[in-house]
Amino acid sequence: MNPRIGPDQPAVPTGSAKPAPALPFPAAARRELANPQLRANLRKATSTIQAKRALRQAETPDWQELRSAAAAIKDRTLRHLDHYLLQAEAALIEAGAQVHWAATADEANAIVTTLVKRTGADEVVKVKSMATQEIDLNEALAKAGIAAWETDLAELIVQLGHDTPSHILVPAIHRNRAEVREIFLAEMRLNGAPAPPDLTNDPQELAAAARVHLREKFLRAKVGISGGNFLVAETGTLVIVESEGNGRMCLTLPQTLISVVGIEKLVPTFQDLEVFMRLLPRSSTGERMNPYTSMWTGVTPGDGPQEVHVVLIDAGRGKALAEPTARPMLRCIRCSACMNACPVYQKVGGHAYGSVYPGPIGIVLTPQLRGFGAAQTRSLPFACTLCAACADVCPVKIPLPDLIVHQRNKAARHKQREPRPHLETLAIAGAGWAFRRGWHLGLVGRLTSLAGRLAGSRTAIGPLPWPASAWTRARDLPVPARRTFRQWWKKQQS
Amino acid sequence: MALPGQGMRVGLFATCINDLMFPQTVRATVDLLRRLGCQVEFPPAQTCCGQMMTNTGYFKAALGSVRSFVKAFDKYDAVVAASGSCVASVRHQHTMLAGRVGSAKLEEQARRSAAKTYDITEFLVDVLGVVDVGAFFPHRVTYHPSCHSTRLALIGERPYQLLRAVAGIDLLDLPEAEQCCGFGGTFSVKNPDLSVALASAKAANVMATGAEYLVAPDNACLMNIGGILSRGRAGVKPIHLVEILAQTEVAAA
Ligand code: SF4
Repeated sequence: MNPRIGPDQPAVPTGSAKPAPALPFPAAARRELANPQLRANLRKATSTIQAKRALRQAETPDWQELRSAAAAIKDRTLRHLDHYLLQAEAALIEAGAQVHWAATADEANAIVTTLVKRTGADEVVKVKSMATQEIDLNEALAKAGIAAWETDLAELIVQLGHDTPSHILVPAIHRNRAEVREIFLAEMRLNGAPAPPDLTNDPQELAAAARVHLREKFLRAKVGISGGNFLVAETGTLVIVESEGNGRMCLTLPQTLISVVGIEKLVPTFQDLEVFMRLLPRSSTGERMNPYTSMWTGVTPGDGPQEVHVVLIDAGRGKALAEPTARPMLRCIRCSACMNACPVYQKVGGHAYGSVYPGPIGIVLTPQLRGFGAAQTRSLPFACTLCAACADVCPVKIPLPDLIVHQRNKAARHKQREPRPHLETLAIAGAGWAFRRGWHLGLVGRLTSLAGRLAGSRTAIGPLPWPASAWTRARDLPVPARRTFRQWWKKQQS
Repeated sequence: MALPGQGMRVGLFATCINDLMFPQTVRATVDLLRRLGCQVEFPPAQTCCGQMMTNTGYFKAALGSVRSFVKAFDKYDAVVAASGSCVASVRHQHTMLAGRVGSAKLEEQARRSAAKTYDITEFLVDVLGVVDVGAFFPHRVTYHPSCHSTRLALIGERPYQLLRAVAGIDLLDLPEAEQCCGFGGTFSVKNPDLSVALASAKAANVMATGAEYLVAPDNACLMNIGGILSRGRAGVKPIHLVEILAQTEVAAA
């Protein structure tokens, strides 16, 4: 029996609940910085994965060539995307799949909802997928009375915890074992097979409880929903790369399989996959090879799903394709290496970004897909020190720091159009003047050196009022030089 | 024997923060380059690299910096700055900025000036071909490889080579050296809590080495980490790499 149907049962947790409207990044980061559990987990997880990734890179002699090849394949695909999309559609249809096109997230959700309803099912099992999270598919299905069960262990923890993922790859990185146990005990019985009452914090036991809980759903589900890591244009083959095997269950057991795939997931030929299959697991989990790789091409009569749908979504990707300074974002294979390498992400985790895409790729992709209208999305490109650690690890060589600066430019242009003058726009106008001519800067130097002389024998400035407090609350500021270099040089010359 | 820099006319790019806040770094650059035989000039038309505006997203406001840079340094064989970050901005951002306003002439000038602009460590090792600059610095130091110097200007191992050749120096390994100090230009005031958290982690690693001096190829990072060290009365002194290289036994005596 489906346990969720009783009238007194709570709503199915959607697993990507958006609680309050997301705070702008600085405030959200402050909130996350105050969580010591999160900081400890993040530090451990990101440093472990980073070290493993570095090891894989070091042992792969052709690593840089692989990265260049991957970037070139993706760029070529994107340059001729119209061609490859039509080729993929034809190959999919030829193989017995049905292809649907969605220009927006809403369209994609409507298509999937209709497809599920047509089967008569009121629940689906899901393979972890960024695309369906991006479009809020679980919420759309819930509205239509369809329960969407996440089957990846970490996603299950997130879903049962009425929570949102904090990492692309390790969505429950912010939880510890004790919390997971509590969530399982309280929530599993409301949503299916209960957790054993004597459940402990032991990872083996927790995994076993999840296995029992999920198995019931795998065996019962009529519809599976997935994303796709790659879609091969020449054959129409979809590829899912995963670690736990839950994906394999979702992809093979249900009668109907619906895959929601971003149009940038294409690769031209089967042979091109070789490059990505070497880069992705090494960059993502630091493994030479991931435990499960599933590939399917349309329908195989009598084996696996007999109704196969592929929903190709644009949802802002076409617009990114048209912008030279945004296009490289579409190379992304969602490996999460950039996040693990990011000093900002390492400190605050995914929740601070208010988006399914956190970290370096998130702060360029989210405003690209959602626009710069809201203060929250505008704050994202500034959640970065421009240290460029991300660019060094990205397996498809996305020039993330450059893209971040370009997104900042869009955010600044937005700000300048507002009627109210901002402190920032005024400060920049002042700096622009100071740096236009050498003698302008010389004049500024006379003022700063005067300030330096007025400071007397002090060498450091302590706490100052706003706006300087942003710097001086926890850090001293050096006193400006009593004589600028420009003044010294002039004196020398005369 | 001829000095390695004999006959070279070098345009000194002071950079705005060094000019106003850390002139001792620029003076050390002058001393060092002259000691190696270079003819050093400071063209007063220069201002800054513009990255404060560029990296905050104000491309148009940064153009004044690009124009003054190409104008000031047009006639020099080489342009040298003691900041990998500013050098990286000149190399990677000036042509982009010029291109954005559609000025082919400025773009071409920017390309030319970018090609001859060096961080002091590159100029010493690659152009002058010296690693031992005759410096003397009998102290315990630890080196922070600034992100822009390392990952954007790609100065690589040069600072370590130069430091190891300094007489009397005790160079200590900095744990988690490649980790960013959290400065990030306007990041330091837009996200102050995070910036301080990162700088504090860096300062803790610096203190763990037991060094007397924290050395870096960029004063911006030193200002940030130094701000934490100074507030905490840690006693570790920040110093720019070039100030160590400029010290000689004669000067110390
Ligand atoms: S931007 Fe690069 S490193 Fe980051 S998730 Fe995408 S492919 Fe991986």
